[in-house]
Amino acid sequence: MEVQLQRSYLEYSKALFREGVLDAQFVELQMLRDESNPDFVMEVVTLFFEDSQRILNQLSNTLNEQSVDFKKVDANVHQLKGSSSSIGALRVRNACIAFRSFCDAQNVEGCLRFLQQIKQEYLLVKNKLEALLRLEQQIVAAGGVVPVLNDFS
Amino acid sequence: MGLATVEAQFHVLAVDDSLIDRKLIEMLLKKTSYQVTTVDSGSKALEFLGWNDENSNEAFFSPKTNQEVEVNLIITDYCMPGMTGYDLLKKIKESAVLRDIPVVIMSSENVPSRINRCLEEGADEFFLKPVRLADVNKLKPHIMKTKTKESQKPENQDDNDEENQESEENNNSTSNKQVEETQDQLQSESPSQQQQTASSNNNNSKRKSMDEGVSPDRTRPRYNNGLTVMSN
Repeated sequence: MEVQLQRSYLEYSKALFREGVLDAQFVELQMLRDESNPDFVMEVVTLFFEDSQRILNQLSNTLNEQSVDFKKVDANVHQLKGSSSSIGALRVRNACIAFRSFCDAQNVEGCLRFLQQIKQEYLLVKNKLEALLRLEQQIVAAGGVVPVLNDFS
Repeated sequence: MGLATVEAQFHVLAVDDSLIDRKLIEMLLKKTSYQVTTVDSGSKALEFLGWNDENSNEAFFSPKTNQEVEVNLIITDYCMPGMTGYDLLKKIKESAVLRDIPVVIMSSENVPSRINRCLEEGADEFFLKPVRLADVNKLKPHIMKTKTKESQKPENQDDNDEENQESEENNNSTSNKQVEETQDQLQSESPSQQQQTASSNNNNSKRKSMDEGVSPDRTRPRYNNGLTVMSN
């Protein structure tokens, strides 16, 4: 039973890496998990969700103000770029980088449109990570060890 | 066994305004058996270090003696609101009691001028974020600079071998050169003199490297060993 779960888990992970949703940094996180910190990945990912939601809300508010404070927008995107990079959410990170050019140009319309893009990427990685973590929980509940992906091809 | 207890005594102060990055660096450092304290700003870091303008209370806060808050290494993010990592670095190096504590800067942006500026100001390493285990493993030689006489003994044998290899292989790797020069000093001098010469030696070797005109490409191997550089 757990072998099947582990196989599904690996297949799922591989697909995520192939699609660029996650990158090697996520594996780094998984490697830090051990018996004394079994919930490490879960904790970091949860923090990422909370933090990202907060930032996305702030971005929305700031961009919808009469007079947009682009410094604030830039600071927020920088934060999101950093945290997504730290957990390996590659597409979110790349979306943040692309967003910054609209921000630099002080293009409100462009920013608002691109914010939607970032939100989409964020929701995608959120769903995928939640599914991945659920699979992990199932494996652990079945008494198995969560496999760590070494090869992303 | 002796080594394990020695490493557990090393205390690293990590400074980062990002909660996620603090969690990550804390885990990385704990994994490497360091005791960790994390703070979210430069000013809190200085508070923790007992820094004050007059640089008084030296006996109380000196990292050289066994005092209440001994910190063996400071690792800080560069981009922080208010006091940047660079500002923090400057304050530390300006302080008579704090300047001997090795400082490592982390940044998500690979900007050669930024890297050079930090090194010139006295930073011992510059890590590109996201920081990985391979990076944290590079901290040991820097932490060893402030080690006490007791903790030195078990390390000496290993360091001797390492540094002999390094001196042959790493002529172009400036950070290794600094480390081996520093360790040379450590071995030839009495413990009380160590820290002064260690830090001045560091500065000398860094100036040398700057004079040689280290290009961005040449700095890469130095900071990015084992790192996948995620450049913008």
